[in-house]
Amino acid sequence: MALFQIAEPGQAAEPHQHRLAVGIDLGTTNSLVATVRSGSATVLADETGATLLPSVVHYAADGQTTVGYAAQLRQSEDPRNTIVSVKRFMGRGVKDLPDSAATPYRFVDAPGMLKIKTVAGDKSPVEVSADVLRHLKQRAEDSLGGELLGAVITVPAYFDDAQRQATKDAATLAGLNVLRLLNEPTAAAVAYGLDNAAEGIYIVYDLGGGTFDVSILKLTRGVFEVLSTSGDSALGGDDFDQRIYCWVVENAGLSLLGDHDTRLLLTHAREAKEALTDHAETRITAKLADGEVVDLALSAEVFQQITAPLVQKTISPVRKALRDAKLDMSEIKGVVMVGGATRMPHVRRAVADFFGREPLTNLDPDKVVALGAAMQANALAGNKGDDEWLLLDVIPLSLGLETMGGLTEKVIPRNSTIPTARAQDFTTYKDGQTAMAIHVVQGERELVADCRSLARFELRGIPPMVAGAARIRVTFQVDADGLLAVSAREQSTGVEASIAVKPSYGLADDEIARMLQDSMQHASEDMLARTLAEARVEAESLIAATRAALASDGQLLDAEERAEVEAALARLQAASAGDAATEIRAQTDALNQATSEFAARRMDAAVKRGLAGQKLSELG
Amino acid sequence: MGLSLSESAAKHVAKYIAKRGRGVGVRLAVRTSGCSGMAYKLEFVDEAAAEDLAFESFGVKIFTDAKSLPYIDGTELDFVKEGLNEGFKFNNPNVKDECGCGESFNT
Repeated sequence: MALFQIAEPGQAAEPHQHRLAVGIDLGTTNSLVATVRSGSATVLADETGATLLPSVVHYAADGQTTVGYAAQLRQSEDPRNTIVSVKRFMGRGVKDLPDSAATPYRFVDAPGMLKIKTVAGDKSPVEVSADVLRHLKQRAEDSLGGELLGAVITVPAYFDDAQRQATKDAATLAGLNVLRLLNEPTAAAVAYGLDNAAEGIYIVYDLGGGTFDVSILKLTRGVFEVLSTSGDSALGGDDFDQRIYCWVVENAGLSLLGDHDTRLLLTHAREAKEALTDHAETRITAKLADGEVVDLALSAEVFQQITAPLVQKTISPVRKALRDAKLDMSEIKGVVMVGGATRMPHVRRAVADFFGREPLTNLDPDKVVALGAAMQANALAGNKGDDEWLLLDVIPLSLGLETMGGLTEKVIPRNSTIPTARAQDFTTYKDGQTAMAIHVVQGERELVADCRSLARFELRGIPPMVAGAARIRVTFQVDADGLLAVSAREQSTGVEASIAVKPSYGLADDEIARMLQDSMQHASEDMLARTLAEARVEAESLIAATRAALASDGQLLDAEERAEVEAALARLQAASAGDAATEIRAQTDALNQATSEFAARRMDAAVKRGLAGQKLSELG
Repeated sequence: MGLSLSESAAKHVAKYIAKRGRGVGVRLAVRTSGCSGMAYKLEFVDEAAAEDLAFESFGVKIFTDAKSLPYIDGTELDFVKEGLNEGFKFNNPNVKDECGCGESFNT
């Protein structure tokens, strides 16, 4: 018997057509799955009421795979076959690992991505993540009573294409249809309703179990743009446990501890940390393997003292992110807290002090990312009314076309939201030009040669006109799936040509990142190249125009005048062959000067020619 | 007769409306479709229509239309948990026969 949820007015699904969609926070330490039920986002719990699923997978020799708390229990006895924090290996090769000695795993280098040796065979991070996702999918289907239409899965904002693709592959392997990958900080902002409440710049401070991420988001009309990210991949709530553990060892006068005692004390340390969120003091009581009893009282004050350096350590990435985004503190509209470790009062206080405002903390910091993902999934599955819009995607690199001199003219700048359409007018470069080659490029650099070529096509049948008279409107259109169509139309005759291109095709995110980086590194170099190319284009067009004029109206000049013009022409031609933009400009001005009298006479002659044979009344 | 909510259903509807931030009640209706001829509709109501029929249970308003009422008259909407799944259930005395999943029925 199916159970009903309350739908939005007019949105009740047809029988057997429930659009069940979930949001999944696939975390380094813990994962969660959430959905929107009767209009409100909720995290789905397992049979025991637990919402967090430790992102831990254990592989046994008999082929049995266990996930979550059950797998976590095997970690100490079978560390090599118990995979924790696999997210760090997603889309990574062995050579990318900073310190593989720090993990108990035996890695196998495989093309593209490493694998981990287990008794059940070599497992790629994609397979391990798929096992976690499969578990969450099962939980969701049991909870929602049906098959899922799809899922929104969150990824860190700094994830590159390989890591995103690996996440998507893991979902496919788990039998999940990925509606969209959503940046974790964006999901958190969505959960707080910032997507329909406000415009402005928000900071997402995410202190998880083992990692710290800070992201700066800019929100404009429902579009989240990640301005910068920073963080510390080896800083998290676990480090706070470690400090308490060290304090216990020191204050109880303990010496060398075995594995069992270390784990025991770390567990007590974590419990003490959690207790100190709501209490001023807690007791740590543990019986060690040798019968020795540890019994200490830890006050919130001491805890804050011994962990103050850790809290302080989170501030410098925040500063860096602000600096990278070229932002001032006064421009920040709000701070969103994510991650269980942000429950600690002194972490909240430090953030509040730094920003001079209270951070948003009213949602459970462990769940906020999953909740936001669920809300986005619900919208993408089509369960919301028409007045609710979706988060929009932006194009990662500018789209433009080649103009004379090998320069890029950007038509749609990067970070424009899609779908979008922009038009720009271009003109002919030569007298009597009847065709125009249109070269569509993608990238931030000034020169076409440094950008990526996407497509070429030609507009033919332009009526012969003098250079600059034709008006050719080029329209770039990018649809919601990122597909680009370019069309060109000559305005007076209506002749048209068009082409459809797929801008992101074959362009991986890391390639995009490299191209962006290139554009920044080469900005000044590019400007020089642009100035030079522009000067040349101007010079060439003046040379062509002067030549044409000499050919048609040369008789208007006497020999001396003609020699002067030709000398100036030759000097400009010589300059144009060189690399000095200022010289080209100077000679262009000189030729302009030298031909100004000639131009005036041509104008007079043309007027006279035009008037010949016309009656005065017709000129009225 | 009319329509009613169980206490648990009323509590959940009230909670969902509060979380949603708007809404005056819940709509129970039927439409012709599905494998057994009729299908239930359960939606939030932002604004009642002039021709709507209204009922109330535990302070929560229930709306329906005159065409739907004969098929669902006497229905009590309940809120139940089945394993991990939870949601609303139509206890409709008019049902003679329903499809396996209970999403559509005939009278």
